[in-house]
Amino acid sequence: MKLIPLILAALAATTAQAADSIIVQSTTSTANSGLYEAILPAFKDTSGITVNVVAVGTGQAIRNAENCDGDVLLVHAKPSEEKFVASGGGLERTDLMYNDFVVVGPANDPAQVASSAKISEALTKIANAGALFTSRGDDSGTHKKERALWAAANLTPADASGTWYRETGSGMGATLNAAVGMGAYTLTDRATWISFQNKSDFKIVLEGDETLFNQYGVILVNPDKCPNVDATAGQAFIDWLLSDAGQSAIAGYKLDGQQLFFPNAPK
Amino acid sequence: MRDFVDMPDARTRHEQGLTLSGISLSRNGTTLLNDITCALPPSGITAVMGPNGAGKSLLLRVAHGLIDADQGLVLWQGDAVTEEARKAQAMVFQKPVLLRRSVEANVDFALKVAGIRHPSLRDALLNRVGLKGRNKQPARLLSGGEQQRLALARALATNPKLLFLDEPTASLDPTSARMIEDILREERDAGTKIVLVTHDVPQARRLADDVLFLTSGQLHCHQDAASFFQTPDSPEAARFLAGHILN
Amino acid sequence: MGDALHLAGQLVLSGDPDLWEIVLLSLRVSLIATLIACIIGLAIGSLLAVSRFRGRSAVLVVINALMGLPPVVVGLIVYLNLSRSGPLGFLGLLYTPTAMIIAQTILITPIIAALSRQILEDLNHEYAEQFRSFGLSRIGQMKALLWDGRFALLTVALAGFGRAVAEVGAVIIVGGNIDHLTRVMTTAIALETSKGDLPLALALGMILLTIALVVNGFVQSVRSTATRAAYA
Repeated sequence: MKLIPLILAALAATTAQAADSIIVQSTTSTANSGLYEAILPAFKDTSGITVNVVAVGTGQAIRNAENCDGDVLLVHAKPSEEKFVASGGGLERTDLMYNDFVVVGPANDPAQVASSAKISEALTKIANAGALFTSRGDDSGTHKKERALWAAANLTPADASGTWYRETGSGMGATLNAAVGMGAYTLTDRATWISFQNKSDFKIVLEGDETLFNQYGVILVNPDKCPNVDATAGQAFIDWLLSDAGQSAIAGYKLDGQQLFFPNAPK
Repeated sequence: MRDFVDMPDARTRHEQGLTLSGISLSRNGTTLLNDITCALPPSGITAVMGPNGAGKSLLLRVAHGLIDADQGLVLWQGDAVTEEARKAQAMVFQKPVLLRRSVEANVDFALKVAGIRHPSLRDALLNRVGLKGRNKQPARLLSGGEQQRLALARALATNPKLLFLDEPTASLDPTSARMIEDILREERDAGTKIVLVTHDVPQARRLADDVLFLTSGQLHCHQDAASFFQTPDSPEAARFLAGHILN
Repeated sequence: MGDALHLAGQLVLSGDPDLWEIVLLSLRVSLIATLIACIIGLAIGSLLAVSRFRGRSAVLVVINALMGLPPVVVGLIVYLNLSRSGPLGFLGLLYTPTAMIIAQTILITPIIAALSRQILEDLNHEYAEQFRSFGLSRIGQMKALLWDGRFALLTVALAGFGRAVAEVGAVIIVGGNIDHLTRVMTTAIALETSKGDLPLALALGMILLTIALVVNGFVQSVRSTATRAAYA
């Protein structure tokens, strides 16, 4: 069988990886917005380290990190992140940047959400009108945030699941596609919304409520728990993100003239 | 009345031919072969005759070891027909089973299974069955007669001591039928034992040295060809030879 | 649709290096997976075709059912095994093309085994008596069946390749859709869809379809030429 060595060679070729590379478990909201393509080349130039980004929901990203399948965690669900650190999954959590959530919906705004000042008011209107609302339903950072907002408004949309409240169980982009497809409201982070290209006649119907603040944090996966973690390279990436160079790279990323993320690392 | 029927005896192994003792076979409650016992001589051509459905082909398969009988014993020169022993035998089926390969690859396959590497032997065989120079042609695109000749060449490739043929010339063109009969005579003269199923009475007259006659899974007589065609031992055989339709 | 066609044409003609990287990785992963799956699957298929044993029909039912393995489930199983916290985590294969090859191999081996078993069993039905007459060993039988059935088996391999190259559920979990490392056609399509860039997603889909057409057309032409040339 001459095939066997051939296959082994092929397999070996595919396993060869760049010498210095790390895996960042991150969220679809940051990856889909194009942020990483914009800032990673600068880091690669200064450090020589290749950053491989796995973009999943925040919930899955944390679970993957708990399984040691990554060196750095970069997500947006502060309570879950702190729990992850407290349980020994990661070292220190540091604020990195923020943007905000917005509610988007069809241009004719069937539930008249646009006249609301507060998110709780908007959600109440949607629930009372029984207007369609798509939820991520995937335990992501956005989903966690959305559930907290409903709870703060004393509403339990899960009771209406399958009627006007529709959980897609998918990423932000897929959920936006679904919302556009069925003319439903949804909660999205601003960065994903700006970079989303299938907006149809959809527009932002509510923004600016301070409770819609969306904080991103960065955590080094605990190398004591996960010996495979490249702590040196991972920490170098975190240090760079928090440095002036990294922070200004984040601030400098614009789409259609709009800034998507606002750096706010502690000085 | 069964002139040849005798049990394994004191003759040397080599002198013993093909012995069937008490062969019975039934499927789904129907008896297909019923207690068949006979001893075929170690050389010459034995014709197995009888009407359709008599069990001739089945008997051939049991004798070659392709099908296990429910009861009874098959011995070739005193030994059971094992997988290994079967390599010293060969069989040509009524409908030739040719591999989806070239003419020469079909012969080469048989040679290789027998552990023989001999290209000149292969070409001599093809020449003998009138397929000289057809080496590279797809076997399955040959005519019916050519396919059967190739099947015969392949069967002869391993130089078998015992050769079974199941209606090898049924529905073949006269040239192919004659060529096959000629080769069978040559092989018999060279000492190969041949067992031939045929319902073609003239062919049996031309080739057979002795005849087994069956109807409905029952062996009616085994006698030498000359006497069989003159005065068959069984009334069924007499009616068969007279051209009656037997059930 | 028109936009997508136009875009697909532009992408191909511009020789976009990112596109070629993704296309080549897709081909590499799925072709290697198909090759390995053929070696394993044809061995299983040919063995089952010539074997009779107790519980055989149960084995056939299982293998036939495994043809319907959901890619996501395969991805999850491979993820749990290759994860750093899983039994094979020490290999460090998660988020590599190798992990994707493993997942696709698991996905399509049952397809190759089940379909080849059927083809070879039909062929064996015709050959079995002759093989028995030859006194051919079981291995010899399997080899002869595989060789004589090779053109029909090419179609089986194509079915496996088609399933591998088109699936997204398994490779996105074990590959992670990492740019320049594990991004393939299907995960790129999923990504562009989630970005709402539907024309680009559709254009990539058209390119994938074209690749599948080219591979199938190539194999078909090899097959018919070879069949015509030497065998019937």
